[in-house]
Amino acid sequence: MTNFYRDNSDLQFHLNNPLMKRIVALKERNFKIDEKEYYGKDKIDPNEYKPSNFEDAIDSYDSVLEIVGDIAGDVIAPNAESVDLEGARLENNRVHYAEGTVRNLNALKQARLTGVTQPRKYGGLNFPTTVYSMMIEMVSRGDASLMNLFGLQDIGETVREFGDDDIKAKYIPQFASGEATGAMILTEPDAGSDLQAVQLKAHFEESTGLWRLNGVKRFITNGNAELSLVLARTEEGTKDGRGLSMLLYERDDTVQIRRIENKMGIHGSPTCEMVFKNSPAVLIGKRKFGLIKYVMSLMNGARLGVSGQAIGICEAAYRESLKYAQERAQFGKIINQFPPVFEILTDMKVKTAALRTLYYETSRFVDVYKTLEEIEHERSLTPEEKNELRQFKRRADFYTPLIKGLSSEAANRITYDAIQIHGGTGFTKDFPVERLYRDARITSIYEGTTQLQVIAAIKGVTSGLFSEMMEEYASIKISYDLEFMLKELKSMKKEYLSAIKYVESFKDQEYLDFHARRLVEMAGNIIMGHLLLLDADRDQKFRLISEVFIKKAKAENTDRMLVIKEIEPDFLNNYKELTKL
Amino acid sequence: MAFRIIVLAKQVPDTRNVKEDAMKSDGTVNRAALPAIFNPEDLNALEQALRIKDGLTDAEVIILTMGPPRAADIIRESMYRDADRGYLITDKRFAGADTLATSYVISKAVEKIGNYDLIISGRQAIDGDTAQVGPQTAEKLNIPQITYAEEILSVEKGKITVKRRLERGVEVVESTLPALVTVHGSAAPCRPKNAKLLMKYKHAKTPTELQTINDDYTNQSIRNKPYLNIEELSLDDLSCEECKIGLAGSPTKVKKIENVILQAKDAKVLKDSEVEIKNFMTELITNHTLG
Repeated sequence: MTNFYRDNSDLQFHLNNPLMKRIVALKERNFKIDEKEYYGKDKIDPNEYKPSNFEDAIDSYDSVLEIVGDIAGDVIAPNAESVDLEGARLENNRVHYAEGTVRNLNALKQARLTGVTQPRKYGGLNFPTTVYSMMIEMVSRGDASLMNLFGLQDIGETVREFGDDDIKAKYIPQFASGEATGAMILTEPDAGSDLQAVQLKAHFEESTGLWRLNGVKRFITNGNAELSLVLARTEEGTKDGRGLSMLLYERDDTVQIRRIENKMGIHGSPTCEMVFKNSPAVLIGKRKFGLIKYVMSLMNGARLGVSGQAIGICEAAYRESLKYAQERAQFGKIINQFPPVFEILTDMKVKTAALRTLYYETSRFVDVYKTLEEIEHERSLTPEEKNELRQFKRRADFYTPLIKGLSSEAANRITYDAIQIHGGTGFTKDFPVERLYRDARITSIYEGTTQLQVIAAIKGVTSGLFSEMMEEYASIKISYDLEFMLKELKSMKKEYLSAIKYVESFKDQEYLDFHARRLVEMAGNIIMGHLLLLDADRDQKFRLISEVFIKKAKAENTDRMLVIKEIEPDFLNNYKELTKL
Repeated sequence: MAFRIIVLAKQVPDTRNVKEDAMKSDGTVNRAALPAIFNPEDLNALEQALRIKDGLTDAEVIILTMGPPRAADIIRESMYRDADRGYLITDKRFAGADTLATSYVISKAVEKIGNYDLIISGRQAIDGDTAQVGPQTAEKLNIPQITYAEEILSVEKGKITVKRRLERGVEVVESTLPALVTVHGSAAPCRPKNAKLLMKYKHAKTPTELQTINDDYTNQSIRNKPYLNIEELSLDDLSCEECKIGLAGSPTKVKKIENVILQAKDAKVLKDSEVEIKNFMTELITNHTLG
């Protein structure tokens, strides 16, 4: 009987962040939603479960998170090992989940957690993304591979964002009730990181009024879903992203699942290779906007989800390691009394807390701007609201790739260390850490590799947004006895801005690209330092965490600064020389 | 008329968290020192009831519990899982009841609710482990009883078919309705709470609980919604003979308590597979043998 919500007070702490007041007010339209239209499939009247005020809403989120905590701790986590052993399999052109995955999905469906962020009128719970992010973290802590299915609710979100009213009324209730699962069908054998190269063809059939899809897709999570969003080339003769559109495909017999990948980790998640043969589909939104607008939106949601997956894995790895290090004795001592061991454990804990605070900050930014975008469909926004939307979207677009890159790399490091703490037994299947290690590996690859996240995040640094935000964090009044840390952060920022200036002074894009990852990681350290400090101001328990984090982050940043100074543009030639054909 | 199922459930002290102060010097349980939980096998019973409801077009699940005012939690928790409504039997005059007095009061409450087709309860509660209340209630109501049920296979044409879990195997039996079924812990676990139902029923209150809400607006808005009102039954609502209730109606007296070391155990043969061992471990933890 473990509850993954009640045993981790960080989650409730983040649920009570001051910005939640604004988010709930937006999400609930100041509690003035009249649920007249109802397309949902449940017999439960939306008026009977809508919150009546802010406290009521937070109380509901808290209680529902407790349900998820129960399911994650008592159902999902105990099934994780058998899911990993059994894996998903392909039989007669149909994907079958592992037995444990079926039980997990059934529990989540029975608890009505299939349309968490969808409006009540479609049968959803109308919860903020931030709350959904918490669920993703807990689900992933139980079984990382389940996140790939639970996290697919973004597909319904994208349909709601860009589909017309008829499409929404027809499909969203299917997602929300859990009778349909989703897939986002983007990548192809020759279009992975570079989605502009997508070739799968779509042509319009006058006689039926439907689009027809032809071609091959690869690395598709849950390819056998009932409802899928497919990125396809609708404009014949085009070669780049401007010829691509987004289409919705309902499962039928025209698609052949050629195989599912035999992967290193996340065995519970089926990764499909699929062949489309004249498969019918309907257009979502406008033609030619597929990649440039809709995929970006879909992808940002998925990146946030992977961040939650990575943090869930970190939490699981840390807890396993701590438990082991407190029980295992060598040389007559419990091993966590040895400095090399307690350093690793502390780093795990501190890093996880730092990533978590950035993850929920990002989720809140997403909530504010996405909800304002939703409201914009209902009425015109005031100038202040427009400004707020623009500001929070910029912030979310900066923080999303940042947290995805940082958390996924950290999950790899932390699971590596978790095995190290376990020693030889960690290398066996007797302990869950080897599974966590394998599951973590994909997080820094899919939904855009770390290298691509860096390219997206570096813009936030060079555009001045970083400085603007750090000034805002620094201007928030904190308790006097914490100010020494703020001073450290300010000096780190100063050093960092000089590093940026230095790199930019060469006016050499290749040189900037070369050091971009270092620069993004340095920025991440400063941002997480500020956020932890603000957390420490709200709750004592973050004080030591932020102290340790900032000290180490400062040293790490200085280290990176040295590398930047040592490796000047000319020196890049040595790198090229050593690895050329 | 709706097929009416009454589920008997009990709030029990969480015996997995037993500490030194768990028992009072007189040998009775110190309930205040232990967290109160839904008796595990009663959750199995509730799941069986909900499955029947899922399969019928018109069925109703009523939860019936007896205990102090805080036992209303059991009713709310059941409603979060799709029970339709509930009754809390609460009255200081019922206190100190043994299984005989308890089943007497429960049978009176069942008669008061009336028109029932089926009564389902857990096999036994983890605090007393007597497994007597279900069978005694059936006797008092003069209806057939089926104990140790693992699965209710069907309910149709006034008959019920049940698979029983026995020491050396399983047995399938049939009975006429109405009947009382007690459910074994090996039955399907109860479904999770439903997020929507939780948000709908979280404000449900008993009259006693309503008295503690001073805010008039909240108080009135709860009263105005019939589905948020949990009914209470006191001695005055039930036609009980006073000599048969509470301490006076309880012939059982605790004389002495001693530690018992179990020697014989049920045998269960597992296949040599990781999955099977894992599942068995999970079962031992959920049925409170371990953990």
